[in-house]
Amino acid sequence: MEITVTVNGATHTDDVEPRTLLVHYIREQVGLTGTNIGCDTSSCGACTIHLDGESVKSCTLLAVQADGADLLTIEGLATDGQLHPMQQAFMEHHGLQCGYCTPGMVMAATSMLQENPSPTEAEVREGLEGNLCRCTGYHNIVAAIMAAAEAGTVAS
Amino acid sequence: MTVTEEPVVEASASSAFIGTRRLRREDPALLTGEARFANDLDIPGSLHLALVRSPYAHARIRSIDTAAAVALPGVVAVYTGEDLKDTWAAPMPCAWPVTEDMKNPAHYPLAIGKAAYVGDGVAAVLATSDVAARDAVEAVDVDYEPLEAVIDLEDALSNRVVIHDELGTNVSYTWALKVEESEGAVDRAFAEAAHTVSERYVQQRLLPMAMEPRAVVSVPQPFGGDITLYSATQIPHILKVMTAITLGIPEHQVRVVAPAVGGGFGSKLNVYAEELLCMALSRRHQVPVRWNETRSENSVATIHGRGQIQQIDLAADADGKLTAVRVRLIGDMGAYLQLVTPGVPLLGGFLYAGVYDIPTAYDFECTSVFTTMTPTDAYRGAGRPEATYAIERAMDALARQLDVDPLELRRRNFIPKESYPYTAWSGLVYDSGDHDLAATEAARLADYEGVRARQQTQNVEGATKRLGIGVSSYFEMCGLAPSRVLASLNYSAGGWEAATVRILPTCKVQVVTGTAPHGQGHETAWSMIVADKLGIDPDDVDVLHSDTAISPLGLDTYGSRSLPVGGVAVAMACDKVINKAKQIAAHQLEANADDLDFAGGTFSVQGSPDKELPLAAIAFGAFTAHNLPDGMEPNLEAHVTYDPPNFSWPFGTHMCVVEVDTETGSVDVQQYVAVDDCGTQINPLIVDGQVHGGVIQGLAQALFEEAVYDSEGNLKTSTLAEYLVPAASDVPSLTLGHTVTPSPTNQLGVKGVGEAGTIGAAPAVINAIVDALKGLGVTNVPMPASPFNVWKAIHGAAAATDTAGTAVGDHPGVTARTTTSGGDEAVANPAGDES
Repeated sequence: MEITVTVNGATHTDDVEPRTLLVHYIREQVGLTGTNIGCDTSSCGACTIHLDGESVKSCTLLAVQADGADLLTIEGLATDGQLHPMQQAFMEHHGLQCGYCTPGMVMAATSMLQENPSPTEAEVREGLEGNLCRCTGYHNIVAAIMAAAEAGTVAS
Repeated sequence: MTVTEEPVVEASASSAFIGTRRLRREDPALLTGEARFANDLDIPGSLHLALVRSPYAHARIRSIDTAAAVALPGVVAVYTGEDLKDTWAAPMPCAWPVTEDMKNPAHYPLAIGKAAYVGDGVAAVLATSDVAARDAVEAVDVDYEPLEAVIDLEDALSNRVVIHDELGTNVSYTWALKVEESEGAVDRAFAEAAHTVSERYVQQRLLPMAMEPRAVVSVPQPFGGDITLYSATQIPHILKVMTAITLGIPEHQVRVVAPAVGGGFGSKLNVYAEELLCMALSRRHQVPVRWNETRSENSVATIHGRGQIQQIDLAADADGKLTAVRVRLIGDMGAYLQLVTPGVPLLGGFLYAGVYDIPTAYDFECTSVFTTMTPTDAYRGAGRPEATYAIERAMDALARQLDVDPLELRRRNFIPKESYPYTAWSGLVYDSGDHDLAATEAARLADYEGVRARQQTQNVEGATKRLGIGVSSYFEMCGLAPSRVLASLNYSAGGWEAATVRILPTCKVQVVTGTAPHGQGHETAWSMIVADKLGIDPDDVDVLHSDTAISPLGLDTYGSRSLPVGGVAVAMACDKVINKAKQIAAHQLEANADDLDFAGGTFSVQGSPDKELPLAAIAFGAFTAHNLPDGMEPNLEAHVTYDPPNFSWPFGTHMCVVEVDTETGSVDVQQYVAVDDCGTQINPLIVDGQVHGGVIQGLAQALFEEAVYDSEGNLKTSTLAEYLVPAASDVPSLTLGHTVTPSPTNQLGVKGVGEAGTIGAAPAVINAIVDALKGLGVTNVPMPASPFNVWKAIHGAAAATDTAGTAVGDHPGVTARTTTSGGDEAVANPAGDES
């Protein structure tokens, strides 16, 4: 089946198998491997991207379901060689170690602040429920997101 | 905090960067998706490997029909264990034959004749795409004769069902560590003790669950036999040696690269079947072969952690001062011995007396058995969390018996700081410590006295929300280790680490390290060490690693060894290169080398401040080689291989405050305080991160995680939907404190910190829960302390006390005046199957 999607501002038209998951399409056909796969039950959130401005786990959708959508992946977040404020906050607060969950975590966090620019710590923790990290114990991820919220540079 | 000893730091080293919270240079690539993990590598022309895995825990393989699979589109070949058995020059390696008579069944990448756990590979499919390979797996028809599963350790010990026929037993080995002042000292201590406790605990099996599943790409060169293996591994160097041996390939033709690696926690400290299969099949087909692991595969095909039944007995005098420790373990090896499987209990074997000053009266024995489950191996802490859990739980049991405060009991037993360096009962020398200081700081941060006061008013008769505080004081015996000590433990490798420091002509620096970071930030930390040593900026230092073509020598990253061994090697290589530069400076300044000072990147002549030479000038001069001392080789480069003189001994005290709802059994962690002492901190930002992650992994063992098997040997928690890796909403924020007691055994004063959090955490959490339920007669809550397990403990407190305490192995009768038994129930299945 043929689909047309916009990925990080560029238009792609591709043939996909009906069973291809969106995450596999992004990684293998679009060739953007920053979106990681950490599970097969939509539990870990490593594959989180933005679809039409909302965060989604790209393993929960078939590629064909994204036909016509505007997708933003981790590769599209930084602009002009400058880290996005959320990426910068993760760096400043040591919110990543191995970095495997990080793209999904950053995409989820960015979307969270766009919906709720001033979350409490409890709201941040609840909002991250769908994204698992094994390295940081979440402490510094939460700190990074709280700091980004405080700075007010993420919400759009 | 307090520095109790001056670190041995070279006079020339300033500390402009060491000790600062410098941001990580690793981060931008990881934050933007630029980093390449093994499964991200674009290797044109690759064939994809997928494995047919046994659905049975224990089954004879009668026949395998591959015809239907081979006929599918895209399928290139299907191999069985029989097909490949001549491919292997040796079975898969176990590098730690802990005893002379250890039983180790031959273990091949694909099972031959019999499958011994659910997930054991029985056939391999090669296809032109991943989906074609996985589709074809479904078409391979294996005729199995199912045999009985063995999932209980005591059942395994009974040899009711022998898993490996050729061994005739399920017992792999018994390893004993009995050290007595004089023969019979332990028995006498127990006979004469004023107090004894006898506790039984179950260390449930855990799944390491690094967020990146494993992935492998093997790329053969078209001519000459060279082969490059890209793998999501913690151990590229060890993997090179071991794959060369197992495949019978000349080692110099093997290159191993660990690209960005998404966490390990021990689970990537191994030589896996899929690595060997990709290499063997890429050589056979002369094309790249790749494999990536799904999470469901990861749960059964990647090693598991823990899996022990522990019996710990303490003898104490009337004041609660320990007089002897006796431990009996049963270790769950799983179906086969992987790289260091049998050694894990030994790593804990030296730590069952914890941070306490005991006489030479220690009796440890571990019997390890095969089961029909995924092999176990090192998982964050590897033996030391188990040991710490047992001694710290048992100390609380002893405190209850004496009716003294658990913190006070610990203080009575701490190794006094004046005794350091402390020669322990084992003969091991603990490098430095101040346990009372760490405990005092933890108590301050947790408001220990305040919590005790609140308990008086809150935990009254009939209260359903009960407050508890748990204490855990730990040692992390880490930095494996002096090679001679490893030899005495029959470990097959050394404990050294290699480093090269190369000052380029323009005074930029390349550091080559033998460590293999996968999240720990070595590039940042090593650059800070070098910058301080050489008086340059860390941004002028590149750190190269994890590719055996670039870093040919090394022993990789595990066991909290990287900084105390690998980082120290880097510092020593800096000293060596500075020394060479000094000879050049002396020559060019026409001064005696002994009269030169080196500070801020410049050599100067003592007493003649105008006579100086910057390192940059020497670097270029060493490159041109126009004016070097007679006989000196050009260029500024130094290589060091450092074999540490001792383990390093980080320590600390953790405290956990919980509120337990006695009606639902739910546990609310209200506060968690971790005070860790890892000596000098190179980068406190990274240290804190390591502690955070470690604590949450330990807390997760205490509260959430368990690899649950059913009676037929099926893993029931094989996905992240079933296995409870905690989410952010499940865990608390953490309060960290640090004391700094530098190690006197290395010039940086550093100790490891990668596992400290995990080692300290689980007993602090469980002790807190038991403390909260003290008034209800509860003396034990098993891990994980799920609401159901807590509820059961509350409602079965009396009955549990009556039935627990079954001895593992031979226990002489205890005739002490007061003895209590407690601990986890002697359940049929330590994993808690359907019980």
